[in-house]
Amino acid sequence: MHELSIAMSIVELAEEEAKRRRVQIHAVHLKLGTLSGVVKDALLSCYEMASENTPLQGSRLVVEDVPVVIFCPTCRGQRPLSSVQLFCCPECGTPCSEIVQGRELEVVALEIQECAPNPV
Amino acid sequence: MRPEPRLIEVRKNVLKQNDVVARSLRDRFRGAGVFVVSLVSSPGSGKTAFLEKTLTLLRPNYRVAALVGDLATENDALRLARSEAPVKQITTGSLCHLEAAMVQSALEGWDLNQLDILFIENVGNLVCPSSYDLGEDLRLVLISVTEGEDKPLKYPTIFNSADVAVVTKVDLADAVEFHWKSAYDNIQAVRPGMPVLKLSAKTGEGMEEYLRFLAARLIELRRAAAV
Repeated sequence: MHELSIAMSIVELAEEEAKRRRVQIHAVHLKLGTLSGVVKDALLSCYEMASENTPLQGSRLVVEDVPVVIFCPTCRGQRPLSSVQLFCCPECGTPCSEIVQGRELEVVALEIQECAPNPV
Repeated sequence: MRPEPRLIEVRKNVLKQNDVVARSLRDRFRGAGVFVVSLVSSPGSGKTAFLEKTLTLLRPNYRVAALVGDLATENDALRLARSEAPVKQITTGSLCHLEAAMVQSALEGWDLNQLDILFIENVGNLVCPSSYDLGEDLRLVLISVTEGEDKPLKYPTIFNSADVAVVTKVDLADAVEFHWKSAYDNIQAVRPGMPVLKLSAKTGEGMEEYLRFLAARLIELRRAAAV
């Protein structure tokens, strides 16, 4: 169960961005690969805990699942994997170990609102 | 009036901090010519017995050392110390995995130039360690015959993150009716082409082949570094 520490890293990262850009964050958009080793539901509930009492409190974590895509040396092309229990090309059946996509654990975007400028 | 919320692109790897430390560790290991092997498995698969045997057998010919991760006890380090190799325990508290920074601080005071092979035993866990690069050259995933042949299918992510699978406790294979072929097929299904070794740290069966495998990898690494 390492989702809490991952959630805390996400909050930290977003907080830094918020401070740097002087904005308020409404949502954090995350790409989460099937092979990232992180469980989405656990991460979502941990995010709530991790953001409590921070400027991110009340913000949403929006998770985009990223399926695994492998490179098939026989077809010489990228193919979506049908199951992480079987690393084979879904078209020709060749065993494939080259992973093109699916390990992502990446904050890709922030939904922000500019902070109101201080009255002069 | 406040402006409407808008979306801005950022693209930041959440584990960047760990990856940065892992990269600098890897550079240090390369620079010192030390071959780093990490071990992951579920609790009770025989990591510590396997590592104790490994250190004992390698010690006459190689300068070996080990870092061992555990949640609460120092028992593993005490066991491994019997091999007379330098061993340091990393007690993670309640953390379920090792991170690169823990390896980095555990190495403080060690002269890596005095080592040929460094082993890092992760906390017994087949889930969380898969996300964290420790700067290792080779990640071994252990599966004991008593765990059942379908472990790779249940934990594909960690098997996929490993470089070599080691089937341990083969001396018990008959007693638990372990089906070697299906275990092998399951490993290959989640990580095609991964070398699979089988051995028993207790009887010593298969250890020689495994040590030869490590020695060959060490030579490969040194050759690559020399180029």
